Amino acid sequence: MTDTAPNLTLVVVIAVLVAAGVYLLLERSLSRIVLGIVLLGNAVNLLLLVAGGAAGSAPIVGTSDQPMSDPLAQAMVLTAIVITLGLTAFVLALSYRSWQLHRHDEVQDDVEDRRIARLAARDAPSVAGSDVDSDDGVDLDDEARETHDETDEGRPAPVHGEGPR
Amino acid sequence: MTWLVPLPVILPLFGAGLALALYGRPKLQKTVSVTVLALVLAVSVALLVLARSGPLVVDVGDWAAPVGIVLVVDRLSALMLTVSSAVTLCVLLYSQAQGDDQEHAPVSIYHPTYLILTAGVADAFISGDLFNIYVGFEILLAASYVLLTLGGTAERIRAGSVYVVVAITSSLLFLIGIAVTYAATGTLNLAQLSTRLAEIDPGVRLVIAMLLMLAFGIKAAVFPLSFWLPDSYPTAPAPVTAVFAGLLTKVGVYAMIRTRTLLFPQGELDTVLLVVAFATMLVGILGAVAQDDIKRLLSFTLVSHIGFMVLGIGLGTQLGWAAAIYYVVHHITVQTALFLVAGLIERYGGTTSLTRLGGLARTAPLLAIAFFLPAMNLAGIPPLSGFLGKLGLLEASVQVGSPLAYTLVAGSVLTSLLTLYALVKAWNKAFWQPAPAPLPARRVPVGMALPAVALIVVSLGLTVAAGPLYRYTEQAAADLSERTPYISSVLPDGHRGRGQSAWAEGHG
Repeated sequence: MTDTAPNLTLVVVIAVLVAAGVYLLLERSLSRIVLGIVLLGNAVNLLLLVAGGAAGSAPIVGTSDQPMSDPLAQAMVLTAIVITLGLTAFVLALSYRSWQLHRHDEVQDDVEDRRIARLAARDAPSVAGSDVDSDDGVDLDDEARETHDETDEGRPAPVHGEGPR
Repeated sequence: MTWLVPLPVILPLFGAGLALALYGRPKLQKTVSVTVLALVLAVSVALLVLARSGPLVVDVGDWAAPVGIVLVVDRLSALMLTVSSAVTLCVLLYSQAQGDDQEHAPVSIYHPTYLILTAGVADAFISGDLFNIYVGFEILLAASYVLLTLGGTAERIRAGSVYVVVAITSSLLFLIGIAVTYAATGTLNLAQLSTRLAEIDPGVRLVIAMLLMLAFGIKAAVFPLSFWLPDSYPTAPAPVTAVFAGLLTKVGVYAMIRTRTLLFPQGELDTVLLVVAFATMLVGILGAVAQDDIKRLLSFTLVSHIGFMVLGIGLGTQLGWAAAIYYVVHHITVQTALFLVAGLIERYGGTTSLTRLGGLARTAPLLAIAFFLPAMNLAGIPPLSGFLGKLGLLEASVQVGSPLAYTLVAGSVLTSLLTLYALVKAWNKAFWQPAPAPLPARRVPVGMALPAVALIVVSLGLTVAAGPLYRYTEQAAADLSERTPYISSVLPDGHRGRGQSAWAEGHG
């Protein structure tokens, strides 16, 4: 029927955006994750555009002898752009709030991770497995909160409760 | 009566706008949200009755089906709508009695966001279009981000950032799946997809099925994709956790049922689903056994019991689907009830940590009963609805009779026993053992207790009404496996819906 081979340039651009986006998404600081989400979101938008087939004359408005562009793909891209915009704003706010609270915006450790790490360190079975039953008296939640490894290189970790509230 | 179909989405959205406009008048806000959700419940019950005589279809804006968006309410959708609106109403009433000071949350935001969440859930349930399901997911997820990080405390920001990033990633995967589907078939209408997907290359179909199952699997918290859930849910306010646990994962399960039955009747992924179900059940419940906080324990049982529903889907038989749908209904009510009771315990004892609680059976016997009944129901003690649901799943597995199905029979029995063990352990620690330190023993407001009790009564009612309900889910499963009722009511002539379109006017 029609030529369905996608535009090679778009395919390459999508591949690069996805690769960079996935890399950034795997980072630990929220501001880099936001960039990753933006790149990935735009890659998916382009993918939708490619899925709509080759470009043609303006759809819906008037009639023309040339083949029309697919309006549905464009409508979907528009919706996806709006959604990504909203979510990006939300994650940015989240990252700012995290910075307000902790002076960094790293995604923090899961409490369960810390619990397992602590058990492995002691190499002993859990006695009560409690949040507060550890030998050193540090709350698991606090320990998880204060563990971060990317930002603030070379500087001492901020003491909990030091930052502005 | 098809004008009823869009109401479960429109009413909450309208109510949300109204509630936001009334942000300075908390009393009026409460009235608005309760009224709206009560109306939605009434509409859903009406749809439940109407859907018995075939699916109800609305072509939105009168655009004909494959081009425009369709809303479809068949038996499955109607049942899910009814259960979800009953649960959201109960949780709303519960949260209103909670008082404002305890959670330090801006309540003016709570009501509109909560209403938008219910609109998103309803939209995902009634949508007959893959992209509109995505939009429904985004509506409910965006609302859930706000509810989870309500107040912006350090703890909630920590849990919220993981939750938000994971949810956005799953949405992007879903969107990639949609793009691939559109590129392969040129349509996103579920009814049209069901015929077109049968005609495309099986390899491409497998890729699409994998992408969609991956996206829904993250939302439903299926085993290797479930680790975000137990960390993020317990930090939210009690009613928010309850409604998330009851509904959000089930939206993922619903999407899995819908796509598995309507789009991929060949069942390419059934073996994967069964293996994943097995792992979800056991890993989830082993996590629950290790917990010492009621809310975290319940979050892990939630993950574990998603495995039962995935088992029902993966069996690929009508019997399995009927049991899975019944199990979804049972699990929504019971899990929400348990989280609400956990909130009551927190209110009464000031904590949900099992090491700090104790002696509640003596000091608060009614609370003990309110925890005991849904806990036994979740573990599947006969004759409660949890037992009936599990029995149905076991029957369906035995009927399939493959070695894998028998392994799953063993796995689900073991999971039930471990669930019982985890919950009895929690019961012993919180209710029977003496408390290490005296508990504050604050009064629990009647307004909080009543909705929780109402949900427990509903979950017990599922046992009493198991006969008619099971027949309903069996018919729903029969419709799902037959597929024609859905397809022919969306596309009466096999190509176009009932609405208007330029093509129809020009050519016919």
